[in-house]
Amino acid sequence: MVRNKKDPKIMIGSSFKFGDDISTDLIAPGRFFHLRSNLPELAKHVLEDADPEFAKKVKPGDFVVGGRNFGLGSSREHAPLVIKFAGVGAVLAKSFARIFFRNSINVGLPVLICDTDKIDSGDILEIDLEKGIIINKTKNLKLKFNPLPGVMIKILNDGGLTSHIIKNKGFNL
Amino acid sequence: MYRTISEKIISEHAGRELKAGDISVVDVDVVMSQDGTGPLAVSQIKKMGFNKVKNPSKSIFFIDHAAPSPRSELSNSHIVLRKFASQTGAVVSDVGEGICHQILVESYTCPGNIVIGGDSHTCTSGALGAFATGMGSTDIAVGYVLAKTWLMVPRTIKINFNRRINKGVFAKDLIIYLIGKITSDGATYKALEFGGEVGNRLSIDDRFTISNMTVEAGAKAGIFPSDDITKEYLKSQGRLDCFKEISADKGAKYEKIIDIDCSVIEPMVCRPHTVDNTLPVSSLEKIMVNQVFIGTCTNGRFIDLKIAADILKDRKVASGVRLIVVPASKDTYLEALKEGVLETLINSGAVVLSPGCGPCVGVHQGILGDGEVCISTQNRNFKGRMGNPNSFIYLSSPATAAWSAVKGYIADPREVLG
Repeated sequence: MVRNKKDPKIMIGSSFKFGDDISTDLIAPGRFFHLRSNLPELAKHVLEDADPEFAKKVKPGDFVVGGRNFGLGSSREHAPLVIKFAGVGAVLAKSFARIFFRNSINVGLPVLICDTDKIDSGDILEIDLEKGIIINKTKNLKLKFNPLPGVMIKILNDGGLTSHIIKNKGFNL
Repeated sequence: MYRTISEKIISEHAGRELKAGDISVVDVDVVMSQDGTGPLAVSQIKKMGFNKVKNPSKSIFFIDHAAPSPRSELSNSHIVLRKFASQTGAVVSDVGEGICHQILVESYTCPGNIVIGGDSHTCTSGALGAFATGMGSTDIAVGYVLAKTWLMVPRTIKINFNRRINKGVFAKDLIIYLIGKITSDGATYKALEFGGEVGNRLSIDDRFTISNMTVEAGAKAGIFPSDDITKEYLKSQGRLDCFKEISADKGAKYEKIIDIDCSVIEPMVCRPHTVDNTLPVSSLEKIMVNQVFIGTCTNGRFIDLKIAADILKDRKVASGVRLIVVPASKDTYLEALKEGVLETLINSGAVVLSPGCGPCVGVHQGILGDGEVCISTQNRNFKGRMGNPNSFIYLSSPATAAWSAVKGYIADPREVLG
């Protein structure tokens, strides 16, 4: 993940804008079902059916920006996993589908609910997860995002669900 | 406090009184995954340092998405699941047994249970009065080893299906109509609870179809109260002992109540590439089809195959059209075989495949070519869903699909059933 040199808690990167209803089939297509146990290969096809060039263009620390209902569809955890594997720092959307949202937290991929109408492809964003602030440097705009529920912050801070369970020998929410 | 079904079931599993919006760790009764999500769950279990599952007889690995396996990579994933299950005593439902959601309702889910599954259509089990929801592999891994998960008690939207259903209209049309009305995120984070004079009388198979598709509106669960119809079904499965009556309290607090007049609902389709892109078949332009698929956890049960066979009897599938039929489970397959349903379908030109998810997930058994159009009884029509992003999927009831197979284009089943 790319960090601001002055303040390493701040992520900085470029935006890749997608539309509404980006399904898990667009993110991790079923025709690559056989690659699910081979994450590096599967990640080469991340978001391929929404933007065939995305996997080639995305750089570590960049952001995926969606519209409404991002991640709808299947329960495949491989969807947030391939986005994370591609180096994406966070996914921003107006709203998320429930299972995708929960899976993202479990694998340690930040998912932020905000007004993405104010972000276009290529815009440079600076995100402070702790303060809950997104700065669109290109448009010189400040955006807020909704805070996560407390249990999700605990899981995210522990480094995902498996780390939470190992650390606490069970749930400690 | 007057409680919804979700509030009742989740409170009981938390050991304390909870209301919508509360978050708690809860006990789970049934945990499952399938061959697409199970291998990652197994590797997460190992990563957490566990080598046992808490409740082996209710921890199931289904091999249904790529069964029989079309590729060595998937065969190897199947080996991982079989090996882990044999080491831990967990159950494997192997090639040919059928689709996870169908086997769950046939043999595992009981009213009042919490069921978590590594598959988004786990909500199907809500038809039996259970709280059943889909999760990812890591949540399922934790569910296997601890028999626990964390849940936020969802707010509930009550859906009343009222008045009457017209001839040629089926449960699939009702749920497609509902999703068109509330959209693909109209129930995100919420539970749907079904009732109304039509809703309360729906057969168990109709309830499975409706609960199955609630996730297509974003819902966390889609629940029918358990009643005499549930009881009859469980009795027929030799599982009467697990019946209990579950219903919401009168005065339970709903986020909203949606009343649907079923008498205005016609045969419906979902058009590419989203489930909420709905239209009555009668308003559709002439759409030629290359493939018709009847099957899946949504509409692959005996009654669905029977409805299709009754339409296809003494008729032929239109020239140039492929009709693929996949029974949802081995029991479905055997019943359809015994009743002559498969023979009718095969004589009409259908190809019948082994029980499982079939071509619905885009892995095998009917991947579409570029520019091809399929009408399917499945639950999703996302771009690329059936293995090719350059193809087009329409969703419908088995009756609409079967009549379309005869006509060669998407056709209104009231022409033959009216």
